[in-house]
Amino acid sequence: MIHLDLHDPRPMYEQVVDQLEMLIARNVLQADEKLPSVRQMAMELSLNPNTVQKAYSELLNRKEIYSVRGKGNFVSGSCTSIQERRLEQIREEISALLRQAKELGTTARQRNELLQSLMEVEST
Amino acid sequence: MICAQQVSKSFGGTAALDSITAEIRTGSIYGLIGSNGAGKSTFLRILAGILKPDSGTVTIDDQEVFENPEIKQHCFMISDEQYFFSGCTPRDMKDYYKSIYPHFDEDRYRTLMKNFGLDERRKIRTFSKGMKKQVSVICAASSGADYLFCDETFDGLDPVARQAVKSIFAGDVAEFSATPVIASHNLRELEDFCDCIGLLHRGGILFSRDLDDMKLHIQKIQILPDKIPEQKMLEGIEVLGIQHSGRMATVTVRCSRQEAEERMRAGAPLYYEILPLSLEEIFIAETEVNGYDAKKLIL
Repeated sequence: MIHLDLHDPRPMYEQVVDQLEMLIARNVLQADEKLPSVRQMAMELSLNPNTVQKAYSELLNRKEIYSVRGKGNFVSGSCTSIQERRLEQIREEISALLRQAKELGTTARQRNELLQSLMEVEST
Repeated sequence: MICAQQVSKSFGGTAALDSITAEIRTGSIYGLIGSNGAGKSTFLRILAGILKPDSGTVTIDDQEVFENPEIKQHCFMISDEQYFFSGCTPRDMKDYYKSIYPHFDEDRYRTLMKNFGLDERRKIRTFSKGMKKQVSVICAASSGADYLFCDETFDGLDPVARQAVKSIFAGDVAEFSATPVIASHNLRELEDFCDCIGLLHRGGILFSRDLDDMKLHIQKIQILPDKIPEQKMLEGIEVLGIQHSGRMATVTVRCSRQEAEERMRAGAPLYYEILPLSLEEIFIAETEVNGYDAKKLIL
């Protein structure tokens, strides 16, 4: 379900958080679905259980999952918050890329054209 | 909890360990790194109660380890050069360990032997080096011991076996707060798997710390300064290292990511990027402060 990239310099728990969020946002993990236990997840990924626990805590903090005592962790109902945050991240990434384009010495017009052409591709 | 206080040990005239103090939390995975001859194996052997320290104390759950059968039931040492009785089979070794470890789990032993595809009736001396390691790991995992001392255990295993062994350890840590202590040269591997790391050098411990802690408090920033020079931007923060290539400066500083970002925004450089640090880079930064050339130490 989750694939970790050993060459990704980010901490492992962040990767786990990210991937679980994507699965929730894409509805692969549905509302009220049970997540694997920390032990299962750690064994499946050959990962330190404390890392998995940390990822779960982070998701609990963001209210994307909830925990039921003695039963485990479950996916929360609404995933709009994930979508919003992701969108904000995507926005930041696009603006970072645009900054790069600017550093290359392109004009504002060239950059606008670039964005425009992408939007046309998307709508077809 | 494993607690080593001022542990020293010498063999003849050679000092192997020089007053080492370290704590290892129960339920954490502890990585021990250091160059050859730094004292990793000696330290592990002392922790496991195989060797007696010349001075200082080692306690596990507040009890002395050396010659304490009660505590040693909870310890298993997977030595780098494993010893098997001559002409014996894995089954003989299992029977031997079963007589020593009262909580030995025979079902688990059988399942693991089957999963690893090892024949328990074959003579161990006909096994390859890696297969012998696997036998040791299986015996350790079945012994019911919660403190596992692994001396370069991963280094002799193929990638599939490595993942399998990690997975076994992970399960035990989650299930009954097992505490693997792993000595290795492979920094990248330890970085992903351990939550705490100790670096040994010439018999002394340079530091022993939480990995996340280390990562949170050191930042590497690439800066292309504009009007304000980078030294000025970082005034008041401890700078561990600075490298220039052309106009671009790469600085390693001790501060939080948030602080680094604030400084950058205030300094308004033409370009900046906060880069993630690998364990290797952290070691180099940390040990340079202590006057060591870490590149020589750990590579």
